[in-house]
Amino acid sequence: MSSKNVTLPRWVDIAAIPLTNVFLAFLVAGVIVLAIGENPLNATQILVSGALGSGEGIGYTLYYTTNYIFTGLAVAFAFHAGLFNIGGEGQAYLGGLGVGLVLLAFDHSLPFAVLLPLCILASMLFGALWVLIPAYLQAYRGSHIVITTIMFNFLASALMVYLVVNVLTPVGATEPATRDFDPASAIPFVHEVLGAVGIQMDSTPLNLSILLALAACVFVWLYLWHTPWGYELRAFGHSEKAAVYAGVKTKRIILVTLCISGALAGLVGVNEIMGVQHRLILNFTAGYGFAGIAVALMGRNHPVGIVLASLLFGILSQGGAELSFEIPAITRDMTTVIQGLIILFSGALVHLTRPWFERLFAFLLQRRPAAATQGA
Amino acid sequence: MTFPASAADDRVATPGKAPLSPDVAAIELRHIEKRFGPTIANRDVSITIRRGAVTGIIGENGAGKSTLMSILYGFYQADAGEILVGGQPLDIRTTHDAIAAGIGMVHQHFVLVDTFTVLENIMLGREGGRLLRRGKAAARRELLRLEAEYGLGIDPDALVGDLPVGAQQRVEILKALYRGAEILILDEPTGVLTPQETDQLFRILATLRARGTTIILITHKLREVMAITDEVYVMRGGAIVAHRPTKETNSQELAELMVGRKVRLKLEKKPATPGAVQLEAKNLGLKDERGVACLSNINLTLRAGEIVGIAGVSGNGQSELLEVLAGIRAPSSGGFVVRDRNITPETACDPALMRELGVAHIPEDRHRLGLVTRFSAAESAMLGYQHEAGYRKGWLLDNRAIKASCDRLMEQFDVRPRIADLRSANFSGGNQQKLIIARELARHPKVLLVGQPTRGVDIGAIEFIHSQLIAHRDAGCAILVVSVELDEVMSLADRILVICGGRITGEVSAADADERELGLMMANARRGDDDAVPGMADTNMPDLKQSQATI
Repeated sequence: MSSKNVTLPRWVDIAAIPLTNVFLAFLVAGVIVLAIGENPLNATQILVSGALGSGEGIGYTLYYTTNYIFTGLAVAFAFHAGLFNIGGEGQAYLGGLGVGLVLLAFDHSLPFAVLLPLCILASMLFGALWVLIPAYLQAYRGSHIVITTIMFNFLASALMVYLVVNVLTPVGATEPATRDFDPASAIPFVHEVLGAVGIQMDSTPLNLSILLALAACVFVWLYLWHTPWGYELRAFGHSEKAAVYAGVKTKRIILVTLCISGALAGLVGVNEIMGVQHRLILNFTAGYGFAGIAVALMGRNHPVGIVLASLLFGILSQGGAELSFEIPAITRDMTTVIQGLIILFSGALVHLTRPWFERLFAFLLQRRPAAATQGA
Repeated sequence: MTFPASAADDRVATPGKAPLSPDVAAIELRHIEKRFGPTIANRDVSITIRRGAVTGIIGENGAGKSTLMSILYGFYQADAGEILVGGQPLDIRTTHDAIAAGIGMVHQHFVLVDTFTVLENIMLGREGGRLLRRGKAAARRELLRLEAEYGLGIDPDALVGDLPVGAQQRVEILKALYRGAEILILDEPTGVLTPQETDQLFRILATLRARGTTIILITHKLREVMAITDEVYVMRGGAIVAHRPTKETNSQELAELMVGRKVRLKLEKKPATPGAVQLEAKNLGLKDERGVACLSNINLTLRAGEIVGIAGVSGNGQSELLEVLAGIRAPSSGGFVVRDRNITPETACDPALMRELGVAHIPEDRHRLGLVTRFSAAESAMLGYQHEAGYRKGWLLDNRAIKASCDRLMEQFDVRPRIADLRSANFSGGNQQKLIIARELARHPKVLLVGQPTRGVDIGAIEFIHSQLIAHRDAGCAILVVSVELDEVMSLADRILVICGGRITGEVSAADADERELGLMMANARRGDDDAVPGMADTNMPDLKQSQATI
């Protein structure tokens, strides 16, 4: 029992424990790979080199990373207020609708410099609006946000199918999607930008939205830790009673927090619709909203952690695709398994390895002469 | 901290325990050492608990007395040293070992199931078989025997949730006795009791002692130590600093031993010079979510330059009164006027507005209301004032200014350690309280609402907090103090209002207050009704269960 009273150094908390958890997840995944008769070391090597071994691999990895950053931030932001926004998937989907509608209306008439901020605002607005009803129900009626946001994911899916298939798909089209947008309205690809300055890179979906993702990280960091509103948000998240005592308007905090969270998820629409697809299609969110929960968990709800966790998930997505291509016995589902294991180890079992470190440090500290002699 | 259920635990009496001669010490702790990381909680502690005596262990918070008892009761294991029970060395690894050795513990926070009867609570973990009927009958027999022997006055079929606090505590004692405890550890047992209930507890302890039970009393209340113990150990900084037969010591000496320097136990203050009315409640009423009245018809006036004390058994509406006056809850009927602003059920309740009006609030529950335990001290030191311009630089918070302001508060109020970046949770209770008081007093409020100003605070800090409150009174602040410590209300306040069942049941000037009379008013019995058993007036105590959870 004594080991419980050891305070671990910060670096153990933010680096050593998460890395150990990831390592354990890979270890178990390796056992599974072994069980289906493949060589785990070989598989790991393919996965890593597939994700990071070429310009093309890196481009895809960072493209996935961009989406994970948006959804991870969305979950983490709400989480600081003690709110579990599970609806990132639906909010991202609606964010794409916002972008699509702006582009359908204005892609030929407005210059890119106007379209870009307009699309960013539209994606955020639509994402925020999609969480407004669950947020209202949570704040004023006490309906649990987890339940309502999950339900709104299904509503989003149904709404998008209806809108895209019945309303937005042009007559005579062979698949459910809007018309292609004017190429001039697209956010430049990174390989185009690099090509313009003379650096060759394979064509990948990575576009300049990644800068938007990094800007969003800075925004979240500033808001949460450097504004009075972020202070109130965190106070509310840690202790609702203390927040009420401090004069925080709790209902307003719930509404504002969830709307910003929804807006962050909505930004996926900018990357996907304006950056990659250049038309509004179905199912472009591809589970990024849900993965955002794991990213936030893994990234300890801190923007820096979320960037790193997003990178890891990006590597898994791209490396996993490569892996299933190279070794057909390992399907893409394996990536999902590894992601699941990472969630398991860094989420549900996050305290599994903590006692090991605590025992280790208790042992190390006891060998040193005790400095302080205060009572317990 | 419940008594865990276990099959290995089914014996009521412990077989194979040798009968003991009276001159063998009940418990002997030899050179106990306990270290938590770099912190030494117990340093070379050796104590001898005499059989059939009441031994007090006193010390400030963090002196190591709880750790020591946790070692004895099997929650922790000592790093070094040995425990002798009845002269035999014993390895106490779990609470089961402690119970088997005849050690029982009555916790500060009761561990009872409110919806169970007394009998069911006592059987819990010792059901005695798959079907309850036979075990229940046996338990009832044993309980009646204990009742006959010790006269605790507990009905085995009463629902625990319906019992007043004092009776619930006796259920805890009964539970320990039922488990065969010959050595009873009581951890701060009187914190939740009225003076009358305390007297009753002490009578029971005297009976237990007369029947040969060994009692260890952990407390920081010197009066109790003087009243009930036979000998006393004083702990400071993890070590035993003194051992005295109670007859040969006094409160002043014990206080100095605990703190390690001279302390003033008696508060010195000039007579109050009340000025203009700052706050006036008129027929104030409050109903909770279930529509039960917590407060009814409260009328009170608070003037500049005076301290009004609210005395009452906790759970009688004083917490709610503070919350209403602080703007956290809206009144359900009536209202109050604070500095010319009328607050009624129709006006939105808003703690921020109250702060603007010059009302500061030092809440009863500092862990949940007064600060955010996971915030740094600097962040907690701006709680409630987060929008003040002094903390801002444009749209952003000025972290340097926030820290500087916290450093200043810590310096003025001697908050230790002086580390603005340290998590609020890592400060001791007394230092947390000093930080909160520093924050609230720094704005020179016109009205100050204080709940339990010194709960869980060391003697040295109590002295300081009291003198600060008096200084602000003398500077013209109107102060309302709620405390369950009758001594504190009596020494701080200029006027005392007694609250019971959500009503003001009496008002006395502090100069004429006498403890016994106040105690009776707290139990809502009028003067002359001395036969009434206080504490049994359970119908007058709403939310008793709830209040225990927060104590």
